[in-house]
Amino acid sequence: MTKYLLGAAALAAVAALVPVAPASAQPKTITLCWAAWDPANALVELSKDFTAKSGVGMKFEFVPWPNFADRMLNELNSKGKLCDLMIGDSQWIGGAAENAHYVKLNDFFAKEGIKMDDFMPATVLGYSEWPKGTPNYWALPAMGDALGWTYRKDWFARPDIQADFKKKYNRDLAVPKSLTELTEIAQFFQGREIDGKKVYGAAIFTERGSEGITMGVSNFLYPYGFKYQDPKKPYSMQGFVNSEGAVKGLEAYKALFKCCTPPGYTDAYMQEGLDAFKSGQVAMQMNWFAFFPGLYKDEKVGGQRIGFFVNPPEKERGSQLGGQGISVVSYSPNKAEALAYIKWFAAPDVQKKWWALGGYSAHKAVLNDPGFAATAPFAADFLKAMGEVVDFWAEPSYAQLLLAEQKRVHDYVVADKGTAKEALDALIKDWQKVFKDDGKGN
Amino acid sequence: MSTGIVTAHSVVEPSGRAKTVAATLVIAYAVISMIPLAWILLTGFKSPPDSISYPPKVIFEPTLEGYCNLFTTRSRQTAEYMATLPPPVGTCEEIARGRNMVIAGSSNYVPRFINSLVIAFGSTFCAVALGTLAAYGFSRFKVPLADDLLFFILSTRMMPPIAVAIPIYLMYRELGLSDTRLGMILLYTSVNVSLAVWLLKGFIDEIPREYEEAAMVDGYTRFHAFWKVVLPQATTGIAATAIFCLIFAWNEYAFAVLLTSGEAQTAPPFIPIIIGEGGQDWPAVAAGTTLFLVPILAFTVLLRRHLLRGITFGAVRK
Amino acid sequence: MTEITPVPSLADRVASASPVWVARRANGLSDRSIAWLFIAPTIVLLLAINIFPLIWTIRLSFTNYRANRPNAPLRSVGIDHYQSILGDPDIWAAMQATAHFVVWTIVLQTLLGFALAYLIDRKFRGHALWTTIILIPMMLSPAVVGNFWRFLYQPQIGLFNYLVAFVSGVPPSSFEMIGSVKLAPWAIILVDTWMWTPYVALIILAGLRSIPDYIYEAAEVDRASKWRQFWSITLPMVLPFIMLAVLFRGIENFKMFDMVNLLTSGGPGSTTEVASITLKREAFEKWRTGFSSAFAVILFVTVFGLANIYVKALNRVRQR
Repeated sequence: MTKYLLGAAALAAVAALVPVAPASAQPKTITLCWAAWDPANALVELSKDFTAKSGVGMKFEFVPWPNFADRMLNELNSKGKLCDLMIGDSQWIGGAAENAHYVKLNDFFAKEGIKMDDFMPATVLGYSEWPKGTPNYWALPAMGDALGWTYRKDWFARPDIQADFKKKYNRDLAVPKSLTELTEIAQFFQGREIDGKKVYGAAIFTERGSEGITMGVSNFLYPYGFKYQDPKKPYSMQGFVNSEGAVKGLEAYKALFKCCTPPGYTDAYMQEGLDAFKSGQVAMQMNWFAFFPGLYKDEKVGGQRIGFFVNPPEKERGSQLGGQGISVVSYSPNKAEALAYIKWFAAPDVQKKWWALGGYSAHKAVLNDPGFAATAPFAADFLKAMGEVVDFWAEPSYAQLLLAEQKRVHDYVVADKGTAKEALDALIKDWQKVFKDDGKGN
Repeated sequence: MSTGIVTAHSVVEPSGRAKTVAATLVIAYAVISMIPLAWILLTGFKSPPDSISYPPKVIFEPTLEGYCNLFTTRSRQTAEYMATLPPPVGTCEEIARGRNMVIAGSSNYVPRFINSLVIAFGSTFCAVALGTLAAYGFSRFKVPLADDLLFFILSTRMMPPIAVAIPIYLMYRELGLSDTRLGMILLYTSVNVSLAVWLLKGFIDEIPREYEEAAMVDGYTRFHAFWKVVLPQATTGIAATAIFCLIFAWNEYAFAVLLTSGEAQTAPPFIPIIIGEGGQDWPAVAAGTTLFLVPILAFTVLLRRHLLRGITFGAVRK
Repeated sequence: MTEITPVPSLADRVASASPVWVARRANGLSDRSIAWLFIAPTIVLLLAINIFPLIWTIRLSFTNYRANRPNAPLRSVGIDHYQSILGDPDIWAAMQATAHFVVWTIVLQTLLGFALAYLIDRKFRGHALWTTIILIPMMLSPAVVGNFWRFLYQPQIGLFNYLVAFVSGVPPSSFEMIGSVKLAPWAIILVDTWMWTPYVALIILAGLRSIPDYIYEAAEVDRASKWRQFWSITLPMVLPFIMLAVLFRGIENFKMFDMVNLLTSGGPGSTTEVASITLKREAFEKWRTGFSSAFAVILFVTVFGLANIYVKALNRVRQR
């Protein structure tokens, strides 16, 4: 018995030395790495067109969002050859540019006549440029995205619910015009019985491990006046990160979390939000526009039952920027084919098809089309959101900055440590240390 | 008191009542601790909506959707496109069509499972082979500073795997061993071999030297004596060591998630990131977990007699 | 009695006819070469993959190296990293979380494991089968276990809250295990205990079985009560085994990463952020390689030191 098992083990050891993939006598394939979500499935469909036109096959490596950054940054740092094309998060641009993980695309764009002017400026700034504000391009804007909201239009339309709301708040139940109104609506729905089941106010982002709670809280911080730095003095954060408005915004997010979320909602990100909304647990959901096409098509909560709205203002307007650009990995042995993909992807007709399939094109030909707002119920809100997006730091050390905010915010909002001001003050200290290590700022 | 009464059993044998009480309690513990596993097994046969229903469903309509989802990738299509397709072939295709999806290809589960098999069994074989040789060497010959060396080597097992991974990551990056099966086998072998040496030395110490010395007197070379005389006697020890090495390598996560990506990734980093259309595809995760448990369970049941010695680093002999 | 004279084999005759050093060669490789041949591969492997990296880590801990910026100028920072680690309240919080986890898992697993072993030792019918069954949780991958218990711990859709509600009447949505600051540390302790109590039980069982019957019989003859027997015989003789189990579980749980990371991600906040999770974030998310190397060295020295002290105590107990 033991002999057989050991024999099998020996065989396995030998098998290890055999290369995994057979030597390529097959047509070329390139691998595209992205996050595993709805738009990625749409891209698989779209890319069949590329394969048909160029004969190059496409393989895909999709990783769920909570693990995406970890896995892909690890891959880039270990000079891995898994990915030829990478649709990396907007925050990676700084690190990827400075450490030569991505191929610089300026020459390629010039040669192929791809103009950055053809793309929405917010996306070029957010997804392609490093350093920010300079014409150095490391990615083609691939997926425009921002953090928005969905709500149960069918519940809002019920006469009994409308009457109750009017009685309580002395105004009509409608899409909230401010974050305060949003919180009131959430409070109203929290614990209410609808169709025999208890429902809750809102599903918001509270994820600890990667970037969830930071993305979520930003949607409250920006409208309350939070700024990352003094616009006149880069990396100077006192009074901007911890301004009075910022403190109020953070407190408001915690209040919403404590009063109006489903039980156990302490580590939730996009997927959990979708689950909560689709199973009829919540009246409103905070999530990326990327999911709205899929939600609209959902059998249980889609169609007439769902409504969308852009992040409401409070003192100012602001939505957290999402979205990614597509880049060529500099360690790839198939750069020529990868560049060919980017050239194909940048064409206006492909971009139009991309939007039709569920991807958010950043191309002006699609977004500036007069009929755009009518193409989907969330299209107008998307345009509005993209007009007021703010992004997180995209510095090469963005991961340290992000992890610091994740910790401080989660500690305060979920683990009840300290006050909002203390959390933001500690965050400034954390960020100052990172910038000091990098030799930036005061 | 005279012991004239002869009892049918020794006075230390527990009474019948004590045995019943013990049996009840142990069986109760076993049943309770099996509940999560039973839940995993059941969840593998639920449909995704059923798996996240609240309250949790104990009675449900079983389906193979979890297993199908585990092995395939699917994409959602429009109803018009669906109408143009030929009728579905096979259960998995039928299930997918029922949800307005088509099967787009096979998932990465099987390649990951195979990686696990190759890497775990490969490193076990290497660790046991190297370990047996080295243990024999340490046991039979006077190696300078043997005891200190052995303790220090064993103490490297006290390092958190993340800590060990830091320099290994850098090293493998330079050597091009990142994300290779060979790299992972080397790493797991090296982690296990210290333990293997320690364990097997204990076993080989127990085999009297006289046997091989007699063989050598009969004209066997030292190596021949080792091969023909010592090794067969050591099979118990080898089995015990092999179990432990295999369990470690099979279930290992930290190194796998940090040092592998696409080619050499094993199942443990893969299973927790199987997602469906919303959150995690719990039936598929449960199916993957169940299938992943099978080989290790089989191996353990077959070699359970040697289990105790293996998992306690040879310190405990039954 | 006749003496049987063995017929000398050819090799022997050759050996006895030649000078000594040739004889040794003629018998195959010399003992010295065999010894080194057998040991060398292991030593080389360990040097390459265990020792050399350890030395590299120590060297890195004195620099500002960052693995995601391999081309940045390398600078020595002396003991800066060590100083900042020892003064960092977040690191101390992580060590506290780790200590809480290690201590309570040891306590619970020892008590439960001992009880289990004692009951199994009553040798009721079928005990071998049931012993094998309770071993199954140990066979699972801790990462997969952590991931799945996350599902079980969900207040709305998970089984755990409903079972507790069933047994105790507390409504299922009224508490949450992994989301609450008070309960999350116990959530991870519970999962680890579920997985490893059988392991501790096995070791203690072997200890119980190693006590010969005649000692108990002698005690019976001396009319010692069962309680007295337990305290004076069972416990002292099983003590080395208990200590061994404590040592193994302690070391393993000090290193714990996968189960906790997949169960809680160290949350809520940083309540369950054990040392390995902090290390992973520093090393592989923030890419502060030099800093995390220093932390790794500190962790290693801590465990090594504690284990050393403990093993000495264990040896003394064994010799009693």
